Amino acid sequence: SHYRLFPKSLGQVLSKFSVRELHISFTQGFWRTMQWGQPFIPSPPGAELWVWFHDTVSDVDGNWKELTNVLSGIFCASLNFIDLTNTVQPSASFKPLGLGNATDHRFLRYATLPREIVCTENLTPWKKLLPCGSKAGLAVLLKSEKLFHSSFHSQAVHIRPVCQDERCTSKAWELRQTLNVVFDLYTSGQGKKEWSLFKMFSRTLTEACPLASSSKVYVDITDNPEGELFELSPATPLLSQAVVLGDRRTYSVFDLSRAETFGQLRSLNLLLRWKGDSGDMLRPLLHAERYVAGFGLQTGEIHTVIYNNHPYRAFPVLLMDSVPWYLQLYIHTLTVTSKSRDNKPSYIQYQPAKDRHRPHLLEMLIQLPPHSMTEVTVQFERALLKWTEYTPDPNHGFYVGSSVVSALVPSMVAMSTNFTQDQPLFSSFVPVKEESSYFVRVYTEPLLVNLPTPDFSMPYNVICLTCTVVAVGYGSFYNLLTRTFQVDEPSPPLSKRLANLIRRMRGVPLLA
Amino acid sequence: MGLLSDPNRRKALTGLLTRLNTPICVVCFLAAVVWFMGLAFEPFTLRSYMSENAMGSTMVEERFSSGERALALAKEFGAHKRKAGGMPVDWLVKAMRSRGLEVFTQSFSRKLPFPDENKERYMVRGTNVYGILRAPRAPRTEALVITAPCSPGDSNNQAVALLLALAQYFRNQVYWAKDIIFLVNEHDLIGTQAWLEGYHHTNITGMEYSPLQGRAGSIQAALSLELSSDVITSLDLVLEGLNGQLPNLDLANLFYAFCQKLGVLCTIQGKLQRNDWDTAEGYTHAAQTMMLMVLKQACGRSWGDHGLFLRYHIEAASIRGINSFRHYKTDITTIGRLLEGMVRKLNNLLERLHQSYFFYLLPSLSRFVSIGYYMPAFGLLAVILLLRALDLWVHLGAPALTAVDGVTEAEQPSSPGVLTVLTPLVISHLTGVALYLLPVHLQEMAVEHFPVSETEAVVLTAIAIYTAGLALPHNTQRLLSGEGTEQGWKVLKLTALLYLAVLLGCTALINFSLGFILAITLVPITASITPHMPKALSAVVMVLLSPAFTILYCVFIYQELIEAPVSIGEGWMLFLSVISQGILDHALYGSLVYPLLALFIYPCWLMFWNILFWN
Repeated sequence: SHYRLFPKSLGQVLSKFSVRELHISFTQGFWRTMQWGQPFIPSPPGAELWVWFHDTVSDVDGNWKELTNVLSGIFCASLNFIDLTNTVQPSASFKPLGLGNATDHRFLRYATLPREIVCTENLTPWKKLLPCGSKAGLAVLLKSEKLFHSSFHSQAVHIRPVCQDERCTSKAWELRQTLNVVFDLYTSGQGKKEWSLFKMFSRTLTEACPLASSSKVYVDITDNPEGELFELSPATPLLSQAVVLGDRRTYSVFDLSRAETFGQLRSLNLLLRWKGDSGDMLRPLLHAERYVAGFGLQTGEIHTVIYNNHPYRAFPVLLMDSVPWYLQLYIHTLTVTSKSRDNKPSYIQYQPAKDRHRPHLLEMLIQLPPHSMTEVTVQFERALLKWTEYTPDPNHGFYVGSSVVSALVPSMVAMSTNFTQDQPLFSSFVPVKEESSYFVRVYTEPLLVNLPTPDFSMPYNVICLTCTVVAVGYGSFYNLLTRTFQVDEPSPPLSKRLANLIRRMRGVPLLA
Repeated sequence: MGLLSDPNRRKALTGLLTRLNTPICVVCFLAAVVWFMGLAFEPFTLRSYMSENAMGSTMVEERFSSGERALALAKEFGAHKRKAGGMPVDWLVKAMRSRGLEVFTQSFSRKLPFPDENKERYMVRGTNVYGILRAPRAPRTEALVITAPCSPGDSNNQAVALLLALAQYFRNQVYWAKDIIFLVNEHDLIGTQAWLEGYHHTNITGMEYSPLQGRAGSIQAALSLELSSDVITSLDLVLEGLNGQLPNLDLANLFYAFCQKLGVLCTIQGKLQRNDWDTAEGYTHAAQTMMLMVLKQACGRSWGDHGLFLRYHIEAASIRGINSFRHYKTDITTIGRLLEGMVRKLNNLLERLHQSYFFYLLPSLSRFVSIGYYMPAFGLLAVILLLRALDLWVHLGAPALTAVDGVTEAEQPSSPGVLTVLTPLVISHLTGVALYLLPVHLQEMAVEHFPVSETEAVVLTAIAIYTAGLALPHNTQRLLSGEGTEQGWKVLKLTALLYLAVLLGCTALINFSLGFILAITLVPITASITPHMPKALSAVVMVLLSPAFTILYCVFIYQELIEAPVSIGEGWMLFLSVISQGILDHALYGSLVYPLLALFIYPCWLMFWNILFWN
């Protein structure tokens, strides 16, 4: 059948909901750009989903809603919490990456769930999408007890239409499953600076997946041409060169489809042993961070700081911010400053939020001067929610998803623009026309914002107090205000009344 | 309310209230004092308990063991501190970086409005060093802060060293869910203030600082550590923060729970807990502890580095190591374990600390008095003001009432004009504004003309204006509206009484201790003052119960309570320094006690002073 390699569960979903492109990622942790460099596959903390629908779809929102619910089941995630209040339609930041050039953003839906926690129950369905599952090939390494003992974990599924061959006569689906994990040598190494497949995954590789046409392990050895920095064993004669994120890198390649890779022991356990201190990480050219300024529960200010670390080139970036409606943005306070001067964005698209219906969407094209820090600030007011709208843990705070910074960053070395079929890992998703720059997407950290929260622990007291105030206070004051007062004669005492009764019978004048 | 709509019963009620006004007021006052003193009596207080589920039963084992290393580090740090003549920034940066933290520095500078003679500083320049331990698989949304001040001399070396040792130990653990910020701040509170303002990108006190480079989301809780010796006998918990704000009671409970678990002696206000509540000594001890807390809270200053965090809705407390002559000693490893346990518990928090009380008094660490128990003491005092106001209101309305009855219609005294109330009100408030503004602004002139230092100039100007204010209103009164009428002072007193009641009520809601102390000194004299009393005697009594003298008494009582009694002369010097500190706290950290006293309480008191000299 057609589903020999492509997972049927996803294929059916794609055709049922007329999906043209689907990108979904689950991330636990935050990619530390300043320590780890530019991410290969960027993703925001939590879950991110963006989908392009075919332009034949009439009810995009309906399809989107159903799709998120189905995906929620497939990936065992809370994607069903995606609704209109956290879905946006970015006009420029997310372009289709596959075939075709439809750019009508009415057919695009983008949503993030910054609170989503990723764990084994999300990894298992992800592994099941692989042709060999986790039974053979590289996937045997993916044991959750080790994978989740890391500093960063991100798994993603990207589906897009591509050409089947060079001449592009027929279309095919491309499914990329990526897993991005950062292990912390410091905590797991017990002082020793070495790592091996076994140490990281408590498994070694023994075979390739029989269904795979290519199964390779790449080890970046760019900084180690003479072997003075670290020692890699077993040694491999295969080397591969590629330009990745504007930098020419060299890789040792271990091809699992060749028997000699596994050597005598019939297993491959890569071992890297450092000899000295590792060199300094190259400063990433583009870096962004975000925080909430101010204190108190009424207003605040969102600061987004974008760094251009290129020594002499300026380049434009697209900043996309999607802010939930309960932070009411004061868009007139939006300022963009670079090098303490006003920086006027060349393109601004702002869609204001509607309370309880849709979030704010702000997209801006900002030119970053070379070697500069650009600060985007906007003030907001915290809304008072209805009491049913609070989460079960309201004092934890409310999340605001990461902002997305997309840019074509000037490259240090020329990129090869011809699409290399045999190295899918290093070919960027985004076909770049220019040779001198490469595409980068950077996510900032999500924000945790406290909203004014009533004290839910004492509804009883509140009810009692309110009832008392209404009953006693309001009631009697209303009474006092509306009643008319008259002074009436005090009634005579009983003795006098008796006396008067007798006097009336006797016919003598009554007592006063 | 049927009571009020029936004119006869209304009349009876007001009659009763006016007839028995003075006895009721006296009873209320005595009841307030008794109630307040009763708060420290153990059977009347509640046993403290942990409200937050996430910090409940302890299932973790504290494993911190590098106390010896911390002590060696302390020596190294001390040596570098001496060499650098201040904060050894480079050494600290290197030390933190080698422990696997992301390290950042922040430089700041602040020119004080006038020299601080207690700490001998005027132009303050410093650097904060902080390292962030990033929690694995956490998205930088929440953080905890551990701070240790880098103090001059040899003090606090152990705190900084323990901080570094803890950082190293924490870095190797995998269970962190929140980033942990290790902050070493210079110039104690000024450094903390600069760091907090930088972190939240605010500027409320005119501090100059370089922007922070690294952040870790919203800070959930903070612990400040002060430790100056290798072994300690007890740990003191300091809770009182800026403007009398207190951290959530659960933080105190957490500290107490770990002290119990690890067998560390713990104190609050430097006082150990006693178990003999039923003896006179036991009660006195608890009362003293509570009185100390009330005095400290009332003065509105931050009693440790933690106090400034509270403004930012960050629950914080200071832990201070005390080394006295007791035999029972605790080593630094145990303190490290205590902190480890506390930080791990805070790390478990799912929500900000909010379950327990924010308003409380502590007669001991294991007992607390909640707001519901202490507020009646203040309420009894406030009700005196209202009763007196009611009394005056009835008296003012009485001629009108008799006119309706048709008995006397003859001499209806012309109701006092607005001016009679407005004039003293405006004059006393202008005096208040002068008291607030002039001391700091006139210091240069004062230094030129008198042989005093800037600090003395500020304090003495304040006292001079305060004293001059006594002479001002009752002289101008006669000039403006001629002979004061009987009605006039009653209206003025009614206004002043209601004004004072509102002022004290608002103050007590925010800072109970301050409101209560002001009420207990101001209420008796303001409630009873009339122009017909013997002038000289009442004037003396009034001055003796004025806000300035209240501060003086508080200084003496405080010294008595911390078992360091002072002579009159020393007390006077302390009083002067308290005033200068109050003004400095306002300028540096935004403490509100000085403006409250200068702009509201003192003018209000002057209005009563005006009544005494009403002619």
